[in-house]
Amino acid sequence: MKIIISNQSELPIYAQIKEQIKEQILNGQLADGTVLPSIRGLAKELSVSVITTSRAYSDLEAEGFIATAQGRGSIVLSRNNDILREQYLKRIEEGLNTAIRTAGLIDLPREELHTMVDMLWKTQ
Amino acid sequence: MNLLEVKDITKQYKNFTLDHISFSIPAGYIMGYIGQNGAGKTTTLNIITQLIHAASGTVSIDGLSLDEDPIAYRDKIGYIGDSSYYPEELTLRQIKGILKDFYPSFQPEVFDQYQKKWNLPDQKKIKEFSRGMKVKLMFASVLSRDTRLLVLDEATNGLDPVMRKEILTLLQEYISDGKRSVLFSTHILEDLEQIADYIFFIEKGKKVLCDSKDELLESYLLVKGGPEDLTEPLKHSLIGLEVNSFGFEALLSSRDTIVPSKGLLTARPSIDQILLHMILERKR
Repeated sequence: MKIIISNQSELPIYAQIKEQIKEQILNGQLADGTVLPSIRGLAKELSVSVITTSRAYSDLEAEGFIATAQGRGSIVLSRNNDILREQYLKRIEEGLNTAIRTAGLIDLPREELHTMVDMLWKTQ
Repeated sequence: MNLLEVKDITKQYKNFTLDHISFSIPAGYIMGYIGQNGAGKTTTLNIITQLIHAASGTVSIDGLSLDEDPIAYRDKIGYIGDSSYYPEELTLRQIKGILKDFYPSFQPEVFDQYQKKWNLPDQKKIKEFSRGMKVKLMFASVLSRDTRLLVLDEATNGLDPVMRKEILTLLQEYISDGKRSVLFSTHILEDLEQIADYIFFIEKGKKVLCDSKDELLESYLLVKGGPEDLTEPLKHSLIGLEVNSFGFEALLSSRDTIVPSKGLLTARPSIDQILLHMILERKR
């Protein structure tokens, strides 16, 4: 597991930790069943407060990425579920929204944006 | 469970009153006790460590108050100040002997491990120790006892970055079993800010706020803009407004519904910036 904290980031530290763990679950670097470091262990390693790492873990748990069992630590949950697909769809939407907003800034017509998407799709 | 419970403590001096201070730290967490010079940080800490007595109020550590058992109470606290409290003429070996007699839970072999790790000389007088060595000696002596609460009064002042980082790690190791807590005071947050779970902010002997650090950081936005951006409705919402010839800087509560106009720069404030603007706001 790799986590890099930036003091310049727009995101609060708990969110940076959460997003980076999420990313690694989504791209498979953290396989399901992986035991995550303890909240206190992680806080110590990253030199952040315990409340910060607890918040990151409880958010990940609420979003269905990990499960925490008393005394057994937190483990990564299986990737084959709807929550994950939902997460991906949300990301696609966010990306598209950015593209649409940017297109609006230079008054790019809708059709041209569509053509761009098609072209990029083919070259991928 | 709360490891440290401070209830309604007061203390009067000629030009200063510590005014009914209450707070608690749950076991396994770190609190930063912050404020300007002369705000009452050391007075509070000295009451907790029983260097001075409060005029009223109570303090309990791990459920135990001073009156119940003064020796056990003192043994639960590890105190590190901004200057060494050991007699300058003594050597480390002599100090070790005193610690053994004074504190029931002192473990000489743990002390020896720290002495070795930090290369502290046995026979040199304390007055010949550098500032860093004196701090290490204080840490070695408190960490070799079975304490529950570490109290640090401006302990990292004047230390180099490597030593400060080492202290951060020590403090996090100290609380890692979830049974012990740390209370540190400082007027320069810098690195200690990262590891604090809670922030207590004191000004002129009074509590300004006490909250989890993350909550506090999320409660405010730092707003900057040019002179023309400073409209009346915005001015009304800003906290601790600081104006210069080319623009302004202030805090905005993140719950505030006013929408910052496009030219404004908004950023996440540091704890230092939050405190600075809160102090400015209170001076208005």
